[in-house]
Amino acid sequence: MGVVKMKPIISARAVNAAPAVTFKNVTCCFASNAGKGRSSEPYTAVKDVSLDIADGEFVSVVGPTGCGKSTLLNVAAGLLRPTSGKVEISGTPLQGINKDAGYMFQAESLMAWRSALQNVTVGLEYRGVPKGEVQERALDWLKKVGLSGFEDRYPHQLSGGMRKRVSLAQMLVLDPKIVLLDEPFSALDAQTRVLMENELLTLWAANRKSVLFITHDLEEAISMSDRVVVLSAGPGTRPIAEFNIDLPRPRDVSEIRHTKQFADLHREIWDVMKEEVLKGYAQSKR
Amino acid sequence: MLKANADNPTAPSLSLASRSPGTLRVFQVLLFVGLLGLWYALTETGVMPKFFFGEPIAVFRTMVEWVVSGDIFYHLGITLTETVLGFFIGASLALVCGLWFALSPTASALSDPYIKALNAMPRVILAPIFALWFGLGIWSKVALGVTLVFFVVFFNVYQGIKEVSPVVLANARMLGASRKQLLRTVYLPSATSWVFSSLHTSVGMAFVGAVVGEYLGSAAGVGYLILQAEGVFDVNTVFAGIAILTISALVLDAVVTVIENRLLKWRPV
Repeated sequence: MGVVKMKPIISARAVNAAPAVTFKNVTCCFASNAGKGRSSEPYTAVKDVSLDIADGEFVSVVGPTGCGKSTLLNVAAGLLRPTSGKVEISGTPLQGINKDAGYMFQAESLMAWRSALQNVTVGLEYRGVPKGEVQERALDWLKKVGLSGFEDRYPHQLSGGMRKRVSLAQMLVLDPKIVLLDEPFSALDAQTRVLMENELLTLWAANRKSVLFITHDLEEAISMSDRVVVLSAGPGTRPIAEFNIDLPRPRDVSEIRHTKQFADLHREIWDVMKEEVLKGYAQSKR
Repeated sequence: MLKANADNPTAPSLSLASRSPGTLRVFQVLLFVGLLGLWYALTETGVMPKFFFGEPIAVFRTMVEWVVSGDIFYHLGITLTETVLGFFIGASLALVCGLWFALSPTASALSDPYIKALNAMPRVILAPIFALWFGLGIWSKVALGVTLVFFVVFFNVYQGIKEVSPVVLANARMLGASRKQLLRTVYLPSATSWVFSSLHTSVGMAFVGAVVGEYLGSAAGVGYLILQAEGVFDVNTVFAGIAILTISALVLDAVVTVIENRLLKWRPV
């Protein structure tokens, strides 16, 4: 664990032997709409997924909507037990909730009855951190996400982007080794979104964590990650291709989109993805 | 900004409700005075017999006498004590039971039919039994209030717990909450907010429990005053008691609103 800090920046991955997160032949089945009667065969959301996320690596997973991307993330978080296969965290099999991971949800996840500051402190309180330190660390993180002066606001008094910042601070104040992001910015408007993406990258660069970023937005995936994994359309989703993104860092997500290298990568990945998106679309129409 | 559409500028401006609040208040008072005047005129002219319908001036005189002599405060104090006790005991029991049932599927499945039956039962009819058990003092009224408050709050809490956002719950678990911490930081706050949303109804219920209990047998309280007056066909005093109860209920409701706004300041308006 201590090795992380001294790592050369050029090749973030493949330094530590055990990857931060390993999926080994993970399959997840759900009982399909039991109420409707007819076919009671289980629905296979993800099938036989094997995937490694190296220490300090930023991996994006893209795929058509409804292909089971979130399922994969829930498995890594320990919120969902795979039907078969297993997940390893730094080489040890995951049991129960993944205590090394922070999770940022797509939907609103803040406690409406707690102020911004109280939302950031809650995780530290759960962990029994001394009171004075809790305040200090939480205030520090609110500052880092640019919310100084908004400590006492309740979630409904904040804008969508601000709420996402609070969520980000809430997660990062606990200093997780692994960060799981489930389309965290999909509900934001385009401008706020770019701001948040850049901010996330800056925070990540300051203290490299292993990131598993789920999105359906290919541009977002390319501009932020070290590696992009493309999933097939569901049911039975599995990775069908992966691409190393060797764009230079630090990056500015809005500017990097205009480079030729980006355009080439985008075309290359989109060629693979297009077919799956069409398949997913055809299925959703049925 | 959120309140912008409260004064909808596109609404037809002819209706009374869309006038300025001051004007509206004046008309409201005029309406009240008009009804009192009508009552006075009808009873004075003998269209409505004074024996059955009383006289507004005598009613008012009784109320003033009560206040001046201070008699009413003793009785009102008793009634309000019963109300407050009934509310707090009922709401606390309901909060605990609601949390327990919502989080334990077995308990809820087992007792579901009985909860429904108890709720369907006209619970006011329990008053004689409570009088038998707890005597004619305040506790029989408190007990009646508790049975009335309990179900209002219970169903609200139960529903509230069932509707806690699964995302907020998953998020708290990812942040490291133990089962106990989840209860304290997620379930309890969201349940309390539901208790508050039913506060107006449940405080009203506690008040009804107190007054009805007193009316059915007691030695003190506003309900007792009404019962006494009715026994000697003193209609004016009955009306005075009713007026006092109505005013108290309005004040109680205003207090609830203040407390609600203070405690639920996190809630979107």
